[in-house]
Amino acid sequence: MTAMRRFLPGWLSSYATLYILFLYLPVIFLPIFSINTAATPKFPLSGITLHWYEDLPKTPALIDATWNSLIVGVSASILSTVLGILAARSITRYRYPGRRAINGLIMAPLVLPEVIVAISMLLVMLQLGLSLSLFTVVLGHVLVCIPYSMTVLTSGFEGFDRSLEEASADLGESAFGTFRRVTLPMVAPAIISSLLVCFTISLDEFIIAFFLTGTEATLPIYIWGQLRFAAKLPGVLALGTLLLLASFVLMTIAEILRRRAARRTQNEEGLHA
Amino acid sequence: MTVAAEGSPPLRMAGARRNPLLQSEAVQGFALISPTFVYALILLVLPILVVIAHSFWTQNYLTIDHTFTLENYRIALTEPIYRDLLWRSLYISLTVSLLTVALAYPIAYFISFHGGRHKSLWLFLITIPFWTSYLLRVMSWKVILGYNGVLNSGLMGLGIISEPSDALLYNSTAVIITLTHAWATFAILPIFVSLEKVDRTLVEAATDLGDGPLRSFLRVTLPLSAPGVISAALIVMIPTVGDYVTPKLVGGKDGVMIANAIQAQFGKASNWPLGAALSVTTMIIVSLMAGATVLVIRALQRLAR
Repeated sequence: MTAMRRFLPGWLSSYATLYILFLYLPVIFLPIFSINTAATPKFPLSGITLHWYEDLPKTPALIDATWNSLIVGVSASILSTVLGILAARSITRYRYPGRRAINGLIMAPLVLPEVIVAISMLLVMLQLGLSLSLFTVVLGHVLVCIPYSMTVLTSGFEGFDRSLEEASADLGESAFGTFRRVTLPMVAPAIISSLLVCFTISLDEFIIAFFLTGTEATLPIYIWGQLRFAAKLPGVLALGTLLLLASFVLMTIAEILRRRAARRTQNEEGLHA
Repeated sequence: MTVAAEGSPPLRMAGARRNPLLQSEAVQGFALISPTFVYALILLVLPILVVIAHSFWTQNYLTIDHTFTLENYRIALTEPIYRDLLWRSLYISLTVSLLTVALAYPIAYFISFHGGRHKSLWLFLITIPFWTSYLLRVMSWKVILGYNGVLNSGLMGLGIISEPSDALLYNSTAVIITLTHAWATFAILPIFVSLEKVDRTLVEAATDLGDGPLRSFLRVTLPLSAPGVISAALIVMIPTVGDYVTPKLVGGKDGVMIANAIQAQFGKASNWPLGAALSVTTMIIVSLMAGATVLVIRALQRLAR
């Protein structure tokens, strides 16, 4: 039995290693084949080149798509974080009937099939006479970003010490003043983390953009169009590698900030305990 | 401190006199959440109601005929092509959710019980691949499973097969593998959270009372983590039934799923009411399947105790 107890963690940690390999395996092939000279992705590599990367800035359609993605990403992340702040603050600070139901509704896009969410929004937008554009894509992205924003922000807002705000109010600060001078600095890391998470989601999101955009392509839509041509694959892989790096950097910063936010609010809790 | 305590009641009363309604906690909380709530109502609830309404209408070329009919549902449920696509989508999403949960459980267990100081590092490692574009991850699987792909050239290099196999790509197995990979993180996190909540003293008590590690796991840890298993299964099952990208890229003819048919109704085929009926049917059936899964897991949980 003791042998089994010793054996089990060993077995588990090798399983964990294998699992991590399985998770990373497909991701690793993107950068590897993006520096291959041949267009078909197979081993052994026929030679190493950076020219797929050099071609990227020379593609006008790609530059347009990048701009579109940046515009959509920045707008969607700001809007969803603002809406996320309001909702997360309300959920963590107040108790009222229907609170759980409303929370459930706001989190619902996380578990609904994206295609169905996308076509439902498409129908309504067409009925309302909105012409499809980057604006409609932003509207859609905000809906799917809010649940993630809420998750990041509620973990930042929870454990937040109310007595600090009460002290500020008691000392004569207005509700807005308290929010700006006491609450905001405490939760700033969580807010920035939410902005980064939402930007990353919007940058990578395909289905909703695919249905709700007019003629303007975002980066995933551009990639989708390129996937039809086998010869374009290395260029797509190079672009994919760059996107991967961008997502990785953004998410690492977001994670560091989220932890700092959690530590900050927890420290305050610890002080008062 | 005493000053604050003395100072606060009059201040609050002054506020209450100004507007008693706004002082109520419920109203403040509701007012604060209302912009987000209204946003979700307009862009989620209203659209779904519109889809449900459309599913009872018909379309003549470009105009929608608003007379109530169940014809779209008859087509969705009885036409062999849609029936087959629905069955296949349900089969794929059920298989993927079972596989994902089964593969994710040990890793969630490992992080929760043996992660030690590195718990959050492990969790971060697991979430990174999820943050890379879904489109690109599916495409990587195409690169791996393809005729000239990594797996084929690897197996040939090792001398296991003499010529590339075309059985790896463009079928429902390829779709299942790709989706199992894509949803891994979503399954690990809820299971991990529920394992974290398992009271460690209960596991110790079971061991002290003579249960071996396996028995105490099966009778204490596993049943107590059932809520996490349930949410993991649902969070994978419901979205995957409507996946569009994976079947389109790696599914080929034999891996087409219902979402591809729904998209076609809103695109080329341009029959919105039928597309709406297919969406509603899919949602209802996958909800029933999800409910059944919850019941089965709960029953197993009771059995284990």
